[in-house]
This record gives sequence, C-alpha cells and structure tokens, in this order.
Amino acid sequence: MTEQQQRDLRHDEVEAGTQSVLATPRVDVTDARQNSLWSDAWDSLKRNPLFWIGSFLGVFFVLMAIVPQLFSGGADPRDCDLSNSKQAPSGSHWFGFDQQGCDYLANVAYGARNSLMIGLLAVIGVLVIGVIVGAIAGYYGGIADSLLARLTDIFFALPLILGALILLRVGPSTGLPIISDRGAGAVAIALAAFGWMTAMRLVRSQVIAVKSSDYVAAARAMGASNLRILTRHILPNAVAPVLVFSTITVGVLIAAEATLTYLGVGLQRPAISWGLQISTGQSLLRTAPHLVLFPSIILSLTVMAFIMLGDALRDALDPRQRS
Amino acid sequence: MSTSSGSISSSPAPVTYDPASGPVLEVDDLHVEFRVRSGVVHAVNGISYTVDQGETLAILGESGSGKSVSAQAIMGILDSPPAVITGGGIRFQGRDILKLNAEDQRQIRGPGISMIFQDALSALNPVYSVGFQIGEMFRAHRGTSRKEAKQHAVELMDRVRIPAAARRVNDFPHQFSGGMRQRVMIAMALALDPRILIADEPTTALDVTVQAQVMDLLKDLQRDTGMGLILITHDLGVVNEVADRVAVMYAGKIVETGTVDDVFTRPGHPYTLGLMNSIPLVEAKGGRLNPIVGQPPNLSRIPSGCSFHPRCPRARTGAAAAPGRDCVGDVPPLRLVVPGREAACHYSEEVLGV
Amino acid sequence: MGRFVVRRLLLTIPVLLGASFLIFAMVYALPGDPVRALAGDRPLAPAVVAQLREDFNLNDPLIVQYAKYLGGLAHFDLGVDFSNRPVLDTISQRLPVTIKLTVVAVLFETIIGLAAGVLAGIRRNSFFDNLVLVSTTLIISIPILVLGFVSQYVFGLKFGWFPIAGINDGWYSYLLPGLVLASSSLAYVARLTRTSIAENMRADYVRTARAKGLPNRTVILRHTLRNSLIPVVTFIGADVGALLGGAIVTEAVFNIPGIGRAVFEAVGQQEGAVVVGIVTLMVFFFIFFNLIVDVLYAVLDPRIRYD
Repeated sequence: MTEQQQRDLRHDEVEAGTQSVLATPRVDVTDARQNSLWSDAWDSLKRNPLFWIGSFLGVFFVLMAIVPQLFSGGADPRDCDLSNSKQAPSGSHWFGFDQQGCDYLANVAYGARNSLMIGLLAVIGVLVIGVIVGAIAGYYGGIADSLLARLTDIFFALPLILGALILLRVGPSTGLPIISDRGAGAVAIALAAFGWMTAMRLVRSQVIAVKSSDYVAAARAMGASNLRILTRHILPNAVAPVLVFSTITVGVLIAAEATLTYLGVGLQRPAISWGLQISTGQSLLRTAPHLVLFPSIILSLTVMAFIMLGDALRDALDPRQRS
Repeated sequence: MSTSSGSISSSPAPVTYDPASGPVLEVDDLHVEFRVRSGVVHAVNGISYTVDQGETLAILGESGSGKSVSAQAIMGILDSPPAVITGGGIRFQGRDILKLNAEDQRQIRGPGISMIFQDALSALNPVYSVGFQIGEMFRAHRGTSRKEAKQHAVELMDRVRIPAAARRVNDFPHQFSGGMRQRVMIAMALALDPRILIADEPTTALDVTVQAQVMDLLKDLQRDTGMGLILITHDLGVVNEVADRVAVMYAGKIVETGTVDDVFTRPGHPYTLGLMNSIPLVEAKGGRLNPIVGQPPNLSRIPSGCSFHPRCPRARTGAAAAPGRDCVGDVPPLRLVVPGREAACHYSEEVLGV
Repeated sequence: MGRFVVRRLLLTIPVLLGASFLIFAMVYALPGDPVRALAGDRPLAPAVVAQLREDFNLNDPLIVQYAKYLGGLAHFDLGVDFSNRPVLDTISQRLPVTIKLTVVAVLFETIIGLAAGVLAGIRRNSFFDNLVLVSTTLIISIPILVLGFVSQYVFGLKFGWFPIAGINDGWYSYLLPGLVLASSSLAYVARLTRTSIAENMRADYVRTARAKGLPNRTVILRHTLRNSLIPVVTFIGADVGALLGGAIVTEAVFNIPGIGRAVFEAVGQQEGAVVVGIVTLMVFFFIFFNLIVDVLYAVLDPRIRYD
C-alpha cells in the first residue's frame, strides 16, 4: 500500500487504540518501547524459518565446540596410523582419513572449538572497541568526534584480512604477550583490531539519534548525569542493531580466522583448525578432495548459522523492513 | 473501441459519449477491502455517487473514513494486494472502468480522469525536472516529441500561474515552494484536459494563504474546462467555499449527501450535525467547543447496525428503538429524507426537526 | 561541485597518511628485525647486517624513517626491496593483473547481481524472489576461500572448463577467479537492488506515475528503477576500490600474480618497503573510489548539492 494509505491507517489505529501490522507505534518511553520491541521481535522470529535453521545449526556447532567427543564417532583425532593415509570416506569412518592417517571426522569435529572460540573472542573485542569509541564520539561530538571519525576512516580503508595478516606476521617478533604466541588469542586480537569500525559507526549513529530525542532531553532536564543518560537511556536503544551486527560478525570473523590460518599466519600446528585442514588439503585436491571438502562444508555451515540468525534478527528487530 | 495494443497510442481516448446521456462519473455500490495479515480492513463499504460536467462534489470525512481509498479505486491505483475491490461498479462516460482491460484503463487515466495528491513533494519524482514530469503526459498519451512536450509543459505552468515558467521548467521539485509544487501537480493533472479531476486533500499541506490561492486556481480552471471536480477533504471551510454538493463519509460509507447549503445549514445525520457543532465560531468565543465524543471506528471491526452508534447521542436500542430501527441491530440505509437530501440514519427526521 | 571535490580531496590526505603510517609502524616499528628475517637460517656477517640496517634507515627513529619514506613518495620513489628492485617496478608489473581481475569481478557483480535483484524486487514473494533470497544467503555464508576451492575442484578439475590456476590463458583465465572474487558483492548487489526496488514501488511518486496513465513499462523503468539504482550504483562504485585491495585470498587460491599476492608474499618475507607501498596504493584506491561515489551521488540525485 502507498505511504499515504499507511499514514491514514496508522492514524486510524492510533486514534482507535488498536494495532495491526500496518502501524508501528513510535512511543519513546524506553521500557515500554523496549518491551514491545522484543515481544514483537519474538513473534516475528517464531515464524521465520531462517531463525530456526540458524538456531539449530548454531546450537549444533556450539555443542560440537564444547563436547567434540560426541561428534567424533569415538575416534581420537591424534590417534593416527599412516597405513590409513588419505583413505576415502567409508561407513565406519564417514570423513575418511587425512595424510597422516588420522580419522578426519574426529579432526573436523575437534576443529569447531578453535573457530567458535576465536569468533566469539574477536567479536567481544570488536564490541569493546566499537562501543567505547562510538559512544564517546557520538556522545561528546565536536573535536573528539572528528578525531575518532578520522581514526575510524583510517582503519576502514585497510582491508580486514590484510591488516590482520600484517599484524600476525610481525606478531611473534614483538615479544608482546598473547600477540607473540601465535595462538587463538593473537588471531582474535588481530581480527578485533582491524574489524571494529562498523560497530563504532553503528553505535555512534545510534547515540547521536537517541541523544537528540525528547526523552533524553527530559532526563537531562531532570538532572540525570552524563554517565546515567549514556548507560540507562542511550545504550539500551543501541542494543538491537548491535546485536544484529554482532551475530552476523561472529560468522564473518570465523571465516576470516580460517582464511588467516590458511594463509599461514593464524593458528599453527599442532592446533586443530579448519583453516589448517583446508590449507593442507589444497595440495592433495587431485588425489583426496575430501580433505578440502569436509572442513569447507562444516566451516561454511557454521558461518551460515550466524549469518542466518543475524538476518532473522534484523528482520525481526527492524520494523521498517516488515511488510 | 480503442486500440489495446501495448504500444503508446498516438490518438486520444475515443469519445463515444454524449454528455446529455447522464453524469460523467457514476460510482455504484463500491466496496474495497485491505486483506492484511491481522485480518480484513473494510475501507469502503458500498458507496454510490455521481459527478456531472462542471460540478464540484466534496467528499468530507475524517482520515480513514475511506474517502481517499475510494478515490484511488476510481483511479485504478490501489495496491493489490492488499487492496481488493470486492464489489460495485465505476462508470466513466457510460463505460464500467472495472470491466475494462488494463490497457484501456490506463488510457483513461490522464485524459479521462486525473488526480492530484496531498503531498506534492513526495508525489513528484525527485530525480526528474518538473517540465519532464509534466511533459510525460503528452509523450505517453499522445506520442509527442520530448521537445514539444517541454513546450506544452511551459504553457501549462503559465496557465497555473507559476512565475517565470520558461526558466523554471528544468528545475526539480525540491527547488519549488509548497504552493508552487502543488501548482506543478495541478498542471500535470490538467495536461490532457481531463473530464474528471480528483483532488485528494490538495491544500492540507499548505499555508492558509496559499491554500486559498490554490483553491481559487482550481475553481478558475474548472470554470474554463468544464471538468467535474471531486474534492476530498476534511476541511469544512473549503467545502463551503467551492463545492456544489457534498457527500459525508463515515466508516467507509456515505452517511449523508445533498447540496452544500442544505447540508451545512440543516444536517440530517447526527454525525454531520456533530461536525458542524465542532466548528469554532467567532460568536461563541470563550465558550467550550463541542467535539464528537469517542474515537473513529476500527475498520477491521466496524460496529454493528449503524456504525456511528457508539458515538451517537441519539442512538436507540432495545425497547427505546422503533421496530426495525434499532441503531445497534439494524443497518440504516441511505434514503431520501427530504427532497434533494439523502441520509443514513433511522431517526434523520428528528435530526432535521421535520 | 568543484569546491566540494577539492575539499573532499584535502580530507582524504590525513586518512591516506594515517593508514600508510599505521602500516609503516606495524612493519618497521615493532621490535622485529627484517634483516634477520630475510636472512632466515643463514647466518649473516655482522658487518653485512649493519650495512643493510644503514641502507634501509633501520637505525633512525620511526618517525624519521617515515619522513624519509614520504620524501621519496613525493618523487614517486617507493624505495627498493632487499634485492634492490624498485617497489614501483613490482607494482607496475603486478597491478595490471589485479585490475583485469577486478574488471571481470565488477562485470559479474553488476550484470548478475542487478538482474537477479531487479527481477526479485519487481516480483516480490515470487518463487524467483525466494530463490534469490536463499541463494544470496548461501553465497554470503560461504567463505571466499571455500568458494575458491570448490569452484576450482568442480569447474577446473572435474569438468575442466576453466584453468585451475595462473593466468596463461589470457582473459579466459580470469573468469573463474573473477566470479569467486565477485561472489559476495554480487549477492549484496542483488539484495540491495531487491530491497531498494521493493521500497520504491511503494513510493508516492510511483503511485503518481500510475495515476498519470503511464504504461507499466515506463512506470517501472523510469520511475522505479531509475530511483532504486542510485544506492546500487554507488555501492558498486565503492566496491571497485574495495575489490582492488581485497583480492589477496582469491589471488592466493588461484595463484594469480597480482598486487594481492605480491603483498602476501612481501609480508611473508618481511619486505617492508613492498608491503607499505602496495598497501598505501590499495588505501588510495579505496579512498579514491569512495570520492568518485560521492560525486556520482550528486549527479544521480539532484536533491544532493555540495555547495
């Protein structure tokens, strides 16, 4: 229906105190608004197949990361026998064996922990940097905003993989803690250091939008402190978009971790990681394609789980997109 | 019959209609629903009216009374889904538009029936010049060349009294003031000399002084061209000034119709009476206003019987009501109550005091 | 307009400098030793090490090193690598390869992404629309690394339609890597177009266009598509800049000797001058195409004027 029709119907419904999908009330009483936002969102999520597929895959891979034994078919990923080298998948060993003759299903299952842990840690890092820098820039404005915005532009101009690649490559010779040990922590820090800019812009724009709203002006008029306004009124409103962003970003960062590991600067042997498995399998693509195939599929499904969940959340939390 | 080829027709829509045979536009028992996820919104529930050449019919009602939706149904620009025309007919120059194929319907829009909208800023495409958008009418319906179309656009802009038309023809909508933008809309709507012009709240978005200028312009143009004008508004003052007849809508139905003078001086429906009483009068300065109590009905759950009964001070039900005239149980038909006047109220005579 | 462009150009200078300094600092300032890294397992005579350190200004404070670097940059002197080869030579040899790859990718992105998005947006909720939604979710979810291997295996090895790696078959060898490089942008263009069209179809001016009795084709092409494509065109414009700097993985998987692969190799060998030179170039592309997009916006949407 046209904008005019929508306006008319919305007008009716507000006047009549009723509500259908046509009208979205814009009442800025923070608690009431948040409550209705989340309960509406849940109604919408329940009907979205993307949400259920994403949730199922997400829970599945989180379980795999916590208790890989359940998924490994009873095999130990380090219990290898060279006589099984590169054997194709079979009824008893679904994913076959790798070059060293290790059970590949067990190896792939045990790879989930590193991927999810790095994805989660990196996203926490992204949020910490993004929320702090974004909130400061948006709330204080002026010179602080200009400087922080330029800083964000600088990082934004550098591709994520490239920045992380360089940092991880020079990392071991720096002698800095975590960064120099080539472990999961180093990868997570590198990803966060070059991946926080979108979170910053998101938080900044939300803060600016809410800051100029009437109810924040009212809170200020009643003498609320800066910190209280920021934490009680402004940040809760930024939760929805940041949640959508974070969910999708977990997926993106898991893919980035695999890429960095594949490029040789991420996790190192003897760590078990999908990126390493793909990297090793690359040279055997002709003779044992399953060595690239299985970790690739599992990696893609994991990324997909988070991207689907994030898409579903966005559809549910952004009323503008509902039709 | 007209050519219904897909290509742009260079001949105007054929006129096989004799003005003596009846009104230019007849709307007959029109029903429109919106079918949305949460249910069915009954936007228009059986309205009928006619418009003659040179006549101005005002359709008066609150927002959501169905007045705009009925106009969009006539124009054939409802979005379906969710909108569905579930019944009735719309006869333009004797032909039922709803029975025509899409191409014949399209050829009526512009040369036959034309429409101007409330908010000219959003109704004009921001990325094309006003001259281009006015000229499109000639290009689409008459196959005029781009250059000639622009000349026509300048003439039309002159005609709607836009100063320095030749210079402003290449300007974009956002470069005009609100009143000038509405004039551009009017120029565009009048380009092909339509027989019916529907003006959907043409002045609501404008300043009061500009409102009067635009209404005067519309009135002058109507006198020059002899077109029928359907004026959709909730502004009683505008109706009083320019309309010949008025149809009052409530909850998707016409509840009263007659000449403007009659209806305004002696309303025959409690809703119309309520509207009249709610006007602030200079003489009554300092006194209290008399608004209509209650809220407009929810169009997905329209009250039974007379849809106005929950707000009506005269509503009668049960033992108090006359047989067959229970305001809660019996739907009042739109009926002739005094000569030249129809009202949909069981107790219209009481309201009129006859 | 001219003044806007100049002002925007001036604003990009601090970003360009900041980004190149950031890379410079990471490569040179962190307490690693590129000379030792270059030497690898071979022990170098201390005199040789000292000479190399002197040649590459490694004994100066960081900021002095960077100032000397900028001084060279002003004369298009990007320095030399450890084997004394000018960085500019490396770039001019590798850049055309990446440009070809980007051209192919942008063509795929525009043609396939636009067509899918337009059809899906016009026929909202149709089978095709749902197909586009599902397939774009899939494409966005599959890491470019995996997409590279899968297409290499399926189209290169199994079917033998395309060369598996390298650029020995002219433009033809760019097709598969170009498609892989374009994949996620392509999916994004399709989605953006679809949303934009669906939103514009509800706009008041589209209703006006129908009320004017314009033929359906005109309503859609002139009054819906023209307006809907503004955000899409600008996205593609900015994406050119991103693709020029984002081909590291694709070039690694398909063994394509462009600047992405060059920078990857240089990082591995701690060739600081090469890394800084190429990354600065990538950042320049990114900023340059974003500037073009801003100008493009003003051309496409008359409401935007930068005076």
